[in-house]
Amino acid sequence: MFYALRPFFVLALLALTFTHAAEEPIRIGEYASITGKEASLGQSSHNGTLMAIDDLNAAGGVLGRPLLLITEDTQSKPGESATAAKKLISRDKVVALLGEVASSRSLEAAPVAQLAKVPMISPASTNPKVTETGNYIFRTCFIDPFQGPVMARFAQEKLRAKRVALMVSNSSAYSIGLAKFFREAFTANGGTIVLEQKYAEGDKDFKAQLTAIKSAGVDAVFNPGYYNEGALIVLQARDLGLTLPIFGADSWEAEALIELGGKAIEGAYLCSHYSPADPSPRVQNFVQAYKKRFGSTPDSNASLGYDSVLVLVDAIKRAGSTDRTKIRDALAATKNFAAVTGNITIDAQRNASKNAVIIQVRNGKFKFVQSMTP
Amino acid sequence: MSEFLQQLLNGLSLGAIYALIALGYTMVYGVLRFINFAHSDVFMVGAFIGYYLGKLVPEGTLWGGLLVLSGAMIGCALLGMFIERVVYRPLRHGPTLNVLITAIGVSLLLEYTGQIVFGAAPRTFPQIFPTANYHVGSLTISSNQVFVIGVAILLMIALQLIVFKTKIGTAMRAVSLNPKAAQLVGVNNNVVISFTFGLGSALAAAGGILYAMNYPSIDPLMGVMPGLKAFVAAILGGIGNIPGAALGGLLLGTVETFIGGSQFSTYKDAIAFAILIVILLFKPAGLLGKFTIEKV
Repeated sequence: MFYALRPFFVLALLALTFTHAAEEPIRIGEYASITGKEASLGQSSHNGTLMAIDDLNAAGGVLGRPLLLITEDTQSKPGESATAAKKLISRDKVVALLGEVASSRSLEAAPVAQLAKVPMISPASTNPKVTETGNYIFRTCFIDPFQGPVMARFAQEKLRAKRVALMVSNSSAYSIGLAKFFREAFTANGGTIVLEQKYAEGDKDFKAQLTAIKSAGVDAVFNPGYYNEGALIVLQARDLGLTLPIFGADSWEAEALIELGGKAIEGAYLCSHYSPADPSPRVQNFVQAYKKRFGSTPDSNASLGYDSVLVLVDAIKRAGSTDRTKIRDALAATKNFAAVTGNITIDAQRNASKNAVIIQVRNGKFKFVQSMTP
Repeated sequence: MSEFLQQLLNGLSLGAIYALIALGYTMVYGVLRFINFAHSDVFMVGAFIGYYLGKLVPEGTLWGGLLVLSGAMIGCALLGMFIERVVYRPLRHGPTLNVLITAIGVSLLLEYTGQIVFGAAPRTFPQIFPTANYHVGSLTISSNQVFVIGVAILLMIALQLIVFKTKIGTAMRAVSLNPKAAQLVGVNNNVVISFTFGLGSALAAAGGILYAMNYPSIDPLMGVMPGLKAFVAAILGGIGNIPGAALGGLLLGTVETFIGGSQFSTYKDAIAFAILIVILLFKPAGLLGKFTIEKV
């Protein structure tokens, strides 16, 4: 009996191998800060990325093949991103790289991707240098030369601030760059940067710098930095009796900011890439699906992570192949692609240009204030 | 003037924490002649014990806060004694370098075990003590700052009393002076060394809680920088010397704060450490290292 059936077994096996070969998944590499200091940002971005991959797989994948996401954790540490990128490219043979949220770490991995000619999309790194690395590096968010002037205009028009102090992290490419673009726009419109105080990533004590700011007599304080230090800066400022408005930028947008800052953070302003309050069905569908899966409202990093996958897969579809160079060319030709954070057009510098939204912390929640351009 | 006073207050409250950690380094060095690099991670564990205990007691009450503080101190004292018993004691008669390397190993073990057990993402430390801000002229004093300085001074006085007025303190000084001779006159070295580790670790835990109260974002690597600064403070004051460690901590915290508040805030740590190098060039034994005979 067994012998009689043997040819069928062989055939079945062969068929299995063939279907398997036909459905060889498309490998996409992701490096993100799943743990460590900026874990709050990295995990959001990772959740968004994961959800996009699963959504696309449920819809049948792309080019008749499923997508496989391979994730590496950068632990929010310097030095880990380049290693992660090298591993994903040489060992996992990914067709493209997604990552990171932090500009400093995207800048580490970008030369690796460029050298290996692997297209890389950073979901949320806003420092302009990231895409300047080379023609294989893209992003799905606005950049600091856009965001800096937006916050400068906001400070001048909404806060009516003429004299502003800056709290800048001198160990973060993001912070230094954003401070520069803010200063340029703010002083060009007649404002004064009274003083610029520096700190390093991981610092906990900001009282010295804040005391100096208090004596300088300013209208507002701008902290182009991450939520961890941002929350502590606001806490300590309020402890020192500094009651003036303090505002940050897109890297303040994390639940941890509110958790750490508590009552002190109430009323603080920041800017973001999108707002979950946007009534458009595209945003609302995404927000509902995300809430259902992860139990929280998606922040801008989650939606940017989601969009980075959509943009990449759209390019793969248009390229009609998983050839890295063809994907790159298709990415560069992305025009008016309807994504969650807006309609994405990749410009000549491989950046996405979109509106920014101003957000305020009210009753322990991020509340939409207005949409803004520089 | 008010800015000067404000910065002085900021500096002293930061320095008081450095001083508490520095005491642990200096005591262990005094008795065993080696630097316990795991000390800064015991500091971190202290903050995390406080974090978990803080959830059990009502927030912002004095008795709850004191309960958390003493709980963390007891927990870390046990941890310190455990580390000494399991890791350092078997190596005590080997070369000092072996113990030093092992201490670095224990430090890394605690840090990365912490990342698994507590998670790598920063946690928000609860407000365990009632807080308020006082305004004296243009000076703003937070109750946390006063509390930190107060607790640090109290603990240092208590330590001084233990070392100089009690039997176990006398034994500690005897072991520090000459361990073999101490043993000959009937001192149980093991007990004394265990006690020293327990005491030092309890102070580190107190430092951890005070640090977390002022800077309420805690993570498993939070001990690295304060630990390094406290280590330098201990050397600055003259390692092995208790008042020296306290002085070194206060001095380092104050210098760091004043530079941080100036236009040179970028070079905060660089300038603070450069000043230390200059001091050590002129006084190689540290500020108080020469004058005291009693070493613990």
